[in-house]
Amino acid sequence: MRIGVFICHCGSNIGGTVDCAKVAETASHYPDVAYVDDPMYTCAEPGQAAIEEAIKKERLDGVVVASCTPRMHEPTFRKTVERAGLNPYMFEMANIREHVSWIGKDKEANTNKAAELVLMAVEKLRHNRPLVPKSFDITKKVLIIGGGVAGIQAALDCAEGGVPVILVEREATIGGKMAKLDKTFPTVDCSACILGPKMVDVAQHPLITLYAYSEVEDISGYVGNFNVKIRKKTPYVDWSKCTGCGACTEKCPSKNTPDSFNELMGKTTAITIAFPQAIPKKAVINAPYCRKLQSGKCGVCAKICPTGAINYTMEDEIISEDVGSIIAATGYDLVDWSVYEEYGGGKYPDVITALAYERLLNASGPTGGHIKRPSDGKEPKNIVFIQCVGSRDRSIGRPYCSAFCCMYTAKQAVLTKDHLPDSQSHIFYMDIRAAGKLYDEFTRRAMEEYGTNYIRGRVSAVYPDGNGQYVVMGADTLLGEPIEIKADLVVLSVGIEASAGAPALAEKLRISYDSYGFFMESHVKLKPVETNTAGVFLAGCCQGPKDIPASVAQGSAAAAKVLDLFSHEKLQSNPQIANVDILRCVDCKKCIMCCPFGAIEEVSVRGVNKAQVIETVCQGCGICVATCPQGAIQLSHSTDNQILAEVNALCQS
Amino acid sequence: MKIAYYPGCSQEGSALDYGKSTGAVCAAFGFHLEEIPNWTCCGSTPAHALDTELSAALCARNLDLATREKADVVVTPCPSCLNNLRLASHRMENPSFRANVNALLDEPAAEKFPEATSIMQLLGRHLDTETIKARVKKTLNGIKLAAYYGCLMSRPANVMDFGDPENPTLMESLLAACGAEMVDFPLKTACCGAASGIPERKLTAYNSGRILELATTLGVDAIAVACPLCQMNLDLRQKQAAKAEDAFFDMPILYFTQLMGLAMDINPEYLGLEQLCVSPEMLLRKLGMGKGGAA
Repeated sequence: MRIGVFICHCGSNIGGTVDCAKVAETASHYPDVAYVDDPMYTCAEPGQAAIEEAIKKERLDGVVVASCTPRMHEPTFRKTVERAGLNPYMFEMANIREHVSWIGKDKEANTNKAAELVLMAVEKLRHNRPLVPKSFDITKKVLIIGGGVAGIQAALDCAEGGVPVILVEREATIGGKMAKLDKTFPTVDCSACILGPKMVDVAQHPLITLYAYSEVEDISGYVGNFNVKIRKKTPYVDWSKCTGCGACTEKCPSKNTPDSFNELMGKTTAITIAFPQAIPKKAVINAPYCRKLQSGKCGVCAKICPTGAINYTMEDEIISEDVGSIIAATGYDLVDWSVYEEYGGGKYPDVITALAYERLLNASGPTGGHIKRPSDGKEPKNIVFIQCVGSRDRSIGRPYCSAFCCMYTAKQAVLTKDHLPDSQSHIFYMDIRAAGKLYDEFTRRAMEEYGTNYIRGRVSAVYPDGNGQYVVMGADTLLGEPIEIKADLVVLSVGIEASAGAPALAEKLRISYDSYGFFMESHVKLKPVETNTAGVFLAGCCQGPKDIPASVAQGSAAAAKVLDLFSHEKLQSNPQIANVDILRCVDCKKCIMCCPFGAIEEVSVRGVNKAQVIETVCQGCGICVATCPQGAIQLSHSTDNQILAEVNALCQS
Repeated sequence: MKIAYYPGCSQEGSALDYGKSTGAVCAAFGFHLEEIPNWTCCGSTPAHALDTELSAALCARNLDLATREKADVVVTPCPSCLNNLRLASHRMENPSFRANVNALLDEPAAEKFPEATSIMQLLGRHLDTETIKARVKKTLNGIKLAAYYGCLMSRPANVMDFGDPENPTLMESLLAACGAEMVDFPLKTACCGAASGIPERKLTAYNSGRILELATTLGVDAIAVACPLCQMNLDLRQKQAAKAEDAFFDMPILYFTQLMGLAMDINPEYLGLEQLCVSPEMLLRKLGMGKGGAA
């Protein structure tokens, strides 16, 4: 075998603390090494060209590149060697940047370690076999989980690109958090007016199938061939008959049902249609509050319904869909702010969240768009906004910035002045983070044109003064003085976290999530839409806090990724998978039980049952290899012999 | 359970009534408090403001004495003493801190001290509502109280073990068991002005005034307190506070132990009620204990 070894300087990234020329010189004495070089930037075009040239000139049949992590450039170099006529799997990479130069300053020790890692790669390569991928068919249909603005955008873009879309929404209507908002910054245009048409487009698009009031139950399969089980929760209303006339909601006698769409700022009926522009505009019964379902006595809605759509015995339904790709757009929820006992922890009626305040501002909200205090229905005069409640607070384990609160707080102050010209808004802030197009201009307008009183500092406590007002005690850290404001209404800019159930969904999708429940992108800068599971993409706040423009942009980006994926006729499977040696297999089925991907099946070989790997499903994780008591399974490209060769190289050198 | 009692200096002076009522209530429930022999000052605010090791040395000396008496627990009525004792124990877990403190002492302190806890926690942890109710002879039914803990009792949260530092509820449960109606008092852990009464009287008057005003607005018959300094600021300085708020207050400020004692029909003489500046007469009358009543 003739092996070429390339020791990359990576500018000074590696060259600064590793003597690359010496590593190359050492490597030239390794077995089967026929050629060495230490280029400045191996991944750059001249670096790749040098590899190709060496392969041809030196008749190399394997290449080792010692440089950075394989996560970024292993695919790059596999293509390089393939262009020069080698099998792409006759290539090995030694990571001498993240594992050597970046973590140690001792040049001599680094140089020795780099040389040892190169030796291991060479020994592994000596045992490599050429591998050939298999190609397989794909289902050109996408599942989008979450019908907020990010999911809606992704659905419309995919459908416009000709891809059939299955859109699953947990609530009874799509629209997400944006549908609850009154106006949007920085243009103060009506949220429903700009979102509504998109929602209607979703309902009318022939390629979009919408499952509202449904949740993803189970996901199996792999890129190109996922199978999804969707639970359609029972609304106790036959939606094929419901016309959304609303007669049932007017007559329902259970009028004390908490109104979750209005963020609990009012009561609703047990049978509801979330809001006038709901898509689908269908009624849903909130079972715990329905008299008929709880006590058997009532049935008013069934009597009143002109189409006979009410069905009290309706049950959940599980449906199955095959898709080739999945976009997660599950959005966010508010941080549980009741931990802030100093703000009353939720016991004061006039200390509310900004999202609840949004409902008070909204014409279709519980007060018809008039700002009234929840406690006594009076118009507030002095309104205090407290920012960063549940954001940038390490004491409650939420160290991150929720990204859009500074902007909506300024917007709410502006709207408050428009609604109540005699009112005065005070905003307690830590920093004003208005980094976005037209954003800083907007916050300045709130200050200068709308007379909003911005106070830099934190609020230590809010308490009722016993006379109907609230005392807000805080610090003005610019003046270095304590400050007290008597407020009629206190609005908390509550920070956000991943939506409830996000970690459980991540596990179904087999994607990673961070300690706050946000889904992990494949690369924080360069792959913000991809995940580490092929075919699964992210959009919106499920990946991290972001505002509407950013959510829409990511929705479109995720759609572009799906369209790219589906532009291929067939996909190629990764050939680095498990293989069963049927002579050794005793059909104990341990591998079938432990495989997290369901990639091993039992087949009959001349009347004897044996395990068999489904090549397109196997992800090459190696769990079955470690589990097999017979040693009958080997991972292509990481066989026991290859691992032993590496260990021997390290221990005997 | 052997209980070492650390009264703290105020129980021998400005808060004689706290000390008396503490002793009386504990005795009534069968807790035998054994005063730590030859105890000394915990260092109070000046010591720890100046030098945490000096402060810890003063506390370690007292905790060491209690250890030698084989006490299971050290109790004190005063939140400031409690704060110093607990912080000292906490900091002594750090070996280099411990070594520096030991260097200040005649001989090294014991490796492990008994836990220091407040009288309130002693009562709250060992008596359930039913036990207290069974012991109540003159229910506080019909009076409305605000429980005021002051700033120190529950803070720092990780050291004091007093539940939510913003919203402790132990005092309410003790007094509610005695029959009193407890209001939700939002300023229960706000600062009364503490020792600022001496260098900056206005500040203390303002802070205490705010507490008195809210209690008055809420229509309580008295504020129940657990700290000698809070009691002094709210009671002795009540007129200063009224002047600062441009208001009139007539708010009795009683230790929670005095109120518990009243409910248990302990002779007011043993509760030190005569020490109060703002007369609790109206309160006692409401309870049928006013002049000509049981007292």
